[in-house]
Amino acid sequence: MTDKSMTPEEVVGQLHSGMTIGIGGWGSRRKPMALVRALLRSGITDLTVISYGGPDVGLLAAAGRIRRLVAPFATLDSIPLEPHFRAARERAAFTLTELDEAMFMWGLHAAANRLPFLPVRAGLGSDVMRVNPELRTVTSPYDDGEELVAVPALRMDAALVHLNRADRLGNAQYLGPDPYFDDLFCEAADAAYVSCEQLVETAELAKSGPAQSLLVSRHSVTGVVETPNGAHFTSCVPDYDRDEAFQKLYATTPWTVFADRFLSGAGEHDYQAAVRTWHEEQQ
Amino acid sequence: MTTADTTTAPRTVSRAEYCVIACAEAWRDNGEVLASPMGLIPSFGARLAKRSFSPDLLLTDGEAMLVGLDGTAEGWLPYRRHLTMVTGGRRHVMMGASQIDRFGNQNISCIGDWERPARQLLGVRGAPVNTLNNPVSYWIPKHSTRVFVERVDMVSGVGYDRAEAAGVTRFHRLPRVVSDLGVLDFAGPGHSMRLVSVHPGVTVEDVLAATGFEPAVTGEVPYTREPTAEELRLIREVIDPKGLRDREVRG
Repeated sequence: MTDKSMTPEEVVGQLHSGMTIGIGGWGSRRKPMALVRALLRSGITDLTVISYGGPDVGLLAAAGRIRRLVAPFATLDSIPLEPHFRAARERAAFTLTELDEAMFMWGLHAAANRLPFLPVRAGLGSDVMRVNPELRTVTSPYDDGEELVAVPALRMDAALVHLNRADRLGNAQYLGPDPYFDDLFCEAADAAYVSCEQLVETAELAKSGPAQSLLVSRHSVTGVVETPNGAHFTSCVPDYDRDEAFQKLYATTPWTVFADRFLSGAGEHDYQAAVRTWHEEQQ
Repeated sequence: MTTADTTTAPRTVSRAEYCVIACAEAWRDNGEVLASPMGLIPSFGARLAKRSFSPDLLLTDGEAMLVGLDGTAEGWLPYRRHLTMVTGGRRHVMMGASQIDRFGNQNISCIGDWERPARQLLGVRGAPVNTLNNPVSYWIPKHSTRVFVERVDMVSGVGYDRAEAAGVTRFHRLPRVVSDLGVLDFAGPGHSMRLVSVHPGVTVEDVLAATGFEPAVTGEVPYTREPTAEELRLIREVIDPKGLRDREVRG
């Protein structure tokens, strides 16, 4: 069977400017940050990003890589407002498709099921309809006749997600309490790339957690990358919690200063080393 | 404020404690539904309701588990199931609002022109789906004309007038708005905001001066009810022994 293991640089080598890229996780939780950092090191830009937004959105927005963002929010959770998302919006740096959280989820389901849309009772009456004039409604063909929003499928060229464990074939496992929507992102994408804390033998997966923790299956995965601490500074429980001190630094440091110190290295290894050094300085 | 005396519990009820009571009352007689409080005082209110008059409420740990008052997990509620709980209607959320108007249209998305906002906030989050599917109450820790406005900049949560205009009233219900000054509901003319009670120490004039539109006021406006001795004990000794409530609302 196909060994799909690759490096972050090899993942980014299969992406192009102008692509639509979905990013898994939720807010500042289990974001594929190592892959986002690899994107930042590349020249890839002009992206449409689909995300329950966290610092993935903040980093890409600060670096000017986003042409359009599709999201219901961007937040750092413990810090409610994502500072770089906020700054980018306030200078109108990208186009926004602002959807409700449930609309977004049904858009993922539609894409994963190869449906053009799915109906949802959300959006009507709100300004989501005003700022997204392309949204259409459907009327229930049954007796109730209810008018619902037809959320279009959120298809994407590539999905990036981060899980706790994976094998080389692309089977991936979450060990925390929430799967978020990572399986749907993979199924909604033409190509899906899974980074993980640890690459293990297939037989190890069933020993690490219950059957239902095997969230992502290899048929929906193009590439697998082992990136220890790869969700940093977002949470990746039970492997590690959010690095709150570092997130605070990220949120309060001018972008160029932050990027110079932590994102200017040649690879993920340099980032992790810079973070370790910073933590040592704090002691 | 008087000098704190740590040996005997203060007899006077703080403003924050009236707010906890007023939030708790939102979940009275709700039965077996998920109480989703956003913010500190609403979460104290939800816990007080569950500990006293609404024991069947469900609570989350803030992540993906349904938990009892002692933290014992009793169920699994990741985001995908949480969103189904919303559309299934078995949930009563108390959200915040950066802006709210007389019909309960709420904004947490941005201030100013949406195309290029003066201040980007959270985004609409789940406010559109919440308001069309399960009861939504609001908690406003600083009642002011900046929050209670004539017109919100980006309708995130849907109010009564827009729900009616869009024909989405089937499951739309906004039970109450609790602020640091009082309690309001939407029993005014045409489902507009009505002042239900003021917290002791607050006058009707205080509320009107801090509100950017004129809420309905009918007759003598009562005070928010007093907590019972047992409720005060629960708030002070069990639910919030560190007194975090008094940092969110002073006085």
